[in-house]
Amino acid sequence: MSTAISLSDLKKSFGQMEIIRGVNLDIRKGERHAIIGPNGAGKSTLFHLISGHYQPTSGKVLLNGEDISGVMPHEIYRKGLARSFQVTNIFPNLNVYENIRCGALWSCDQGYSFWRQVDDLEDINLKTEQILEKINLTHRYKVSASLMSYAEQRALEIGITLAGGAQVIMLDEPTAGMSIGETEQAVELIRSVTEDKTLVIVEHDMGVVFDLADRISVLVYGKIIATDSPSAIRSNKLVQEAYLGTEMISDA
Amino acid sequence: MSHLTRICRAESVVRKKRLRILWLCFAVILLALPLVTSNFGITILTQICVASVFALAYNMLLGQGGMLSFGHAVYFGLGGYASIHLMELVGNGVPVPLVLTPLFGGLFGLIAAFLIGSFSTRRAGTVFAMISFGIAELVAASAIILVSFFGGEEGVSSDRTMGPAFFGYEMIPQIEVYYFAAVWFFLATYAMYHFSRSPAGRLANAVRDNAERTQFIGYNPQKIRLVSFVASGFFAGVAGGIFAIQYEIVTDSNLNTAASGLVMLQAYIGGIGYFVGPVIGAIVMTLLNTVVSGVTDLWLLYTGLLFIGTVLLAPNGLTGLIMMHTDAYHNRKLATLIKPYLLGMLPLTAAFIGVVSLLEMFSHRNEAAVGDDSMLLFYIDVDISTWFPWVGFTLLSLLGLAGLRVVIPVVRASWDAANEMQILSNSTINNESDS
Ligand SMILES: Nc1ncnc2c1ncn2[C@@H]1O[C@H](COP(=O)(O)OP(=O)(O)O)[C@@H](O)[C@H]1O
Ligand SMILES: [Mg+2]
Repeated sequence: MSTAISLSDLKKSFGQMEIIRGVNLDIRKGERHAIIGPNGAGKSTLFHLISGHYQPTSGKVLLNGEDISGVMPHEIYRKGLARSFQVTNIFPNLNVYENIRCGALWSCDQGYSFWRQVDDLEDINLKTEQILEKINLTHRYKVSASLMSYAEQRALEIGITLAGGAQVIMLDEPTAGMSIGETEQAVELIRSVTEDKTLVIVEHDMGVVFDLADRISVLVYGKIIATDSPSAIRSNKLVQEAYLGTEMISDA
Repeated sequence: MSHLTRICRAESVVRKKRLRILWLCFAVILLALPLVTSNFGITILTQICVASVFALAYNMLLGQGGMLSFGHAVYFGLGGYASIHLMELVGNGVPVPLVLTPLFGGLFGLIAAFLIGSFSTRRAGTVFAMISFGIAELVAASAIILVSFFGGEEGVSSDRTMGPAFFGYEMIPQIEVYYFAAVWFFLATYAMYHFSRSPAGRLANAVRDNAERTQFIGYNPQKIRLVSFVASGFFAGVAGGIFAIQYEIVTDSNLNTAASGLVMLQAYIGGIGYFVGPVIGAIVMTLLNTVVSGVTDLWLLYTGLLFIGTVLLAPNGLTGLIMMHTDAYHNRKLATLIKPYLLGMLPLTAAFIGVVSLLEMFSHRNEAAVGDDSMLLFYIDVDISTWFPWVGFTLLSLLGLAGLRVVIPVVRASWDAANEMQILSNSTINNESDS
């Protein structure tokens, strides 16, 4: 089996508004797959549908061949899919270290244990420290998350998502609002931690997209109009039309 | 081993060592306290043990799990009732050492918390708060109606001295009851602290901060809440069990919403952001409730004022006021604060004496028999039929308040100066509460 995520005729309506209008998409195991499209196209909604945050109105989501439509988000996570959020979604009153450690907790088989002491769990603390190093927040480990800069919070958001070591990683605009330098660092981080994993990424920075992605899907008004290699997407007539006069042209 | 790993290991070692010392101090204080107090004092100390365990249990929900309960006395009360019934059984020959009563009360609280929590913890916030209130009203009403278990209006009572002695220990004198309560206080506190440092405890913090996100790190927020809720119900029941042994009677006033409100006040006044906060709150409130209530009828008013004052002026509670000084301590500048604080105490004391005296005089004028115009205020005989005390205490209040206005900026400036140097100071305070 070579597909990590498979969407078939996926639809989502909010009231009368159909936001996702029949998406079919296969994301291969081990590929880095970017989803691009104009604002409001439904990229985040698609992420919510896959990760269980929203229930599809109709259609199916398969994770490693298993139907996960209607499954609770935490159960989908346990099946090996972790995601980040476009709007930073961290634990504001916990410090940086605790934020990451919470993200690593499930993968260390701790369940809801109330007798073990987190400080004594070697593997989880080691994992936490590794992630902190990777997201460059080691020196800030004691700081309460709410007191960090925006870019640091974005890095933390990614760190929490990565901490559990899930096989399928979904990142929703991870570099939004970062400076050029910070973006570069974030991309390197994403590249290195998804080495033998499946990555689905929503990204506005076309430089990042074409640099990182093995394949790209273009979502416009709730429909995927093309899925292809970066070079094919670049020369795709439909895509160029959809993106007319936007950053895609100037970047490409 | 990375740099951070080394730092964390070192910190962890230091923290553990410090913790061991703290626990040791705690034990020594509990052991030694009766030596420096009277019989009345020992009764109050026992009450403080009960109140502290209950308030700590309550804060597992509010401070650590972000669940505001208006009905947590239900689990305290049910644990208490169950314990009284156990004492009856023991009196009738069932061979259980009565020192284990709190464990039984705890189990009862745990089962009740599991049954109720399985639906009430589905949501946090207002929904949870309202359900907890509804359940509390329901149980309080049942306590009057279901006479066989709750004993109706009179409650149920028993006798702690009927059981077999536990290694020659019969819990007849107050001092033995105190030590029984103190040992349970220590054990329960230790266990609750342990819980707060466990995965379940850390997850409770996470779900308090951001329930949605916990779903995307593999946890069901509802289940995290339930685990906290059940644990909290257990320790509330333990407190009820200690209470049952101390008073040998439990009535509906132990599980009604007033009792639930009291524990909330204790946790809040002490400081819900700190593990020890509820203990501080329990101590202060128990003293108000026992010592101050013996001196003045207005003690409930003072309790209310204390609560409002805390909410408005010290949202992190009394413990927060203490913890505000950790940076100054690390900067070795605590000593520089003594003088400004003493200076501040002057107008504060004046305002306090003035306002309290005025309140007491009003109360005396309204409550006392006609013609009974003399009263004792702060060791001074006062005749309230003359204008002198009224004017005097009004002036004293105004003088105190005016003085405070002058002194507060001075105090604040010295506090700022003592806290300087460490730019990250705020953040260290913040994470202290969680780690
Ligand atoms: N929970 C919701 N209720 C109603 N409308 C929504 C909801 N979530 C998203 N939408 C709408 O769906 C559309 C797509 O949103 P989104 O998925 O965030 O787009 P993108 O991430 O591609 O910018 C937007 O028009 C938005 O207003
Ligand atoms: Mg979006």
